[in-house]
Amino acid sequence: MGKLDGKVAYITGIARGQGRSHAIELAKEGADIIGIDLAAAPAAINYPGATEADLAETVRLVEETGRRIVVTKADVRDYAAQKAAVDAGVAEFGRLDIVVANAGIFTVAPAHELSEEVWDEVIEINLTGVWKTCKATIPHLKAGGRGGSIILTSSISGIKADPNFAHYIASKHGVSGLMKALALELADDNIRVNTVNPTNVNTPMIRNESTYALFAPDLAPEDRTEEALAPRFSSLHAMDIPWVEVEDVSSAVVWLASDGARFVTGVQLPIDGGRLVL
Amino acid sequence: MDKLLEGKVAYVTGAARGQGRAHAVRLAGLGANLVLLDVVDFIPTIHYPSATSADLDETVRLVEAQGVRALKHVGDVRDQAAQDAAVADAMKEFGRLDIVVANAGIVTLARAWEVTDEQWDEVIGINLTGVWRTIRASVPAILAGGNGGSIILTSSTNGHEGGQNLGHYAASKHGVEGLMKTLANELAGDNIRVNCVAPTNVGTDMMLNPATYRVFRPDLVAPTLEEAKPAFGSYHLLDVAYVDVEDVSNAVEYLATDKSRYVTGTVMSIDCGLSVKYPAG
Repeated sequence: MGKLDGKVAYITGIARGQGRSHAIELAKEGADIIGIDLAAAPAAINYPGATEADLAETVRLVEETGRRIVVTKADVRDYAAQKAAVDAGVAEFGRLDIVVANAGIFTVAPAHELSEEVWDEVIEINLTGVWKTCKATIPHLKAGGRGGSIILTSSISGIKADPNFAHYIASKHGVSGLMKALALELADDNIRVNTVNPTNVNTPMIRNESTYALFAPDLAPEDRTEEALAPRFSSLHAMDIPWVEVEDVSSAVVWLASDGARFVTGVQLPIDGGRLVL
Repeated sequence: MDKLLEGKVAYVTGAARGQGRAHAVRLAGLGANLVLLDVVDFIPTIHYPSATSADLDETVRLVEAQGVRALKHVGDVRDQAAQDAAVADAMKEFGRLDIVVANAGIVTLARAWEVTDEQWDEVIGINLTGVWRTIRASVPAILAGGNGGSIILTSSTNGHEGGQNLGHYAASKHGVEGLMKTLANELAGDNIRVNCVAPTNVGTDMMLNPATYRVFRPDLVAPTLEEAKPAFGSYHLLDVAYVDVEDVSNAVEYLATDKSRYVTGTVMSIDCGLSVKYPAG
C-alpha cells in the first residue's frame, strides 16, 4: 500500500531531471500522473533542452511502476495549454490532489548585463509559469473538496542570494511569495501549499560548461573537470557533498504530498546539505 | 537640514505622488539633484486613480523649492528606453548618479487563481521587472562614476510575508528582495550598497480607497476608512492603522546617506512590528 493510493498528481517539467524523478516517486506511492513539458530548449538556456524522447522515457518509467500517466508537450507560459492538459488529465483520472510546479530554467550573467529576452524568459517560466500552473489547477483541487497539496519548486536561491543570476533569484524569491499567499488563501479548503528549496541538484541545469565557468573562472575550460569542480561545489555545504540528487528532492515532494505532512503549510523546505546554516 | 547629499544625484521612480514624491523631496532637502520618472497614463487594472501630469509637476515644484534641480521624465518603468533616457539626462545635466530609489509600484486585489493575465503581467511587469529595468539603466552610470552609491528598492511587508488577495503582489515584492540580495553581492566590490525598504500599509491612494476597505472589511457592504482602520491595524504590534509616507522617507534618507555606509543587503521594515507578530516562514 502506498502513501498516495488513489490520488492524482500534476507535474510540470516532467521530461527529465527533478520533474521525472518526482513523477516516478509519486507513482511508486500509488499516484496517477498528469504531466507537461516543453520538450525543447527555451531560447535563453545554454545547456541542452529536454526532448520528446526524454518525455517518452518518463512515460515508460512511470508505467513501469504500474501507475497510469498522461503527458502533453506544452509550455508553462501558455495558460490555455496548461489548462487543457490539466482538464484532460482530470477527465481521464477523475480527480486532482497534488500539484508539483517544477518547470524551471537557469542562466548566468550579472544583473545589469542580462538581456531583456533572458530576464523575461526566466521570469515567465520560473515565476509566471508557476502561477499559471496554480491558476489551472486550484479550481480542480477546490472542486474535489478533499483538500490537496501544492508543491512549488523554489531553490536555495528563493531564500538566499549569490552573484550572477539575479533573474533566477528574483524568480525563485517570487515563487516563495506566491506560495505564502496561496497557503493563506487555501488553508480553509485544506489545500496545503509549500516550496522545496534544493541547493545544486545533479542535473543538466548545473552540470554544464557555463555553470562550471561560474564556479571555476580561474581554470581553463579543459581543466573544469568534475574532479576539479566537486570540491568547489562542496565548499558551499556544511555536509561534504557537491550537490544533491534528484531523488533527495523527490523525498521532500513525496512527504509534502502525503498526509504525513497534513499540518504543514506555508513552509520553505531546504534540501541543502546545510548550506543555509553554514 | 544638513546637506548630507550636496553634490549628489538621485533617480526616483514613481515620483509623481505618494512615497516617491516624499522621497524625492526629502533627498532634495538633503541637497541632491533629482531625476524624476513617473507614468501619468491610466494603468488599466488598478482600482485607484492613476498619477497625473499635474502630480508630477507638483513634485518638480516641491523639489525645486528645496533649492536643487529636478529633471522631469514622463515614462513607464516597463519601458527600458524611457528609463535609459532618464539616466542619460542625469548624466548629461549633472555628470553623475549616486542614489537610486526604485519606488514605482502598483497593487491590485484578487485571489491568486482568479488574478487575470493582465493583472499578473502588470504587477510583475511594473513591480519586479520595472525595478530590474531601473537597475539596468542606472548601475552602469553609478559604476562609471567610481564613487560608490546607494540603491534603495521599495519592497513591502509582502516582500517576505504572504497576504490574502495579494499573490501577484507578494510574488513581485519577494522577487524584489531576491534581486536586492543578489545586487548587494554583485556591487559590494564597487562600494555600491543595495537595500530594501519594506513598509506595511502606507497612507496613500494605493491603500486609501473603497476597494481596499472592502477587502479588509468583507463583513460590510460599503465600509468607510474609519471602519477599515481597526482591520488595517490588526496586523501590527503598535496601535497604528498605517504609516505615513514620511516614515518611509526617513528610512530612505538613512539608506541614501553615509550614515548607513556599512549597511548593505538588508531589508528595513517600517511595519509597526508586523513581522515580529507574524514572523515570515
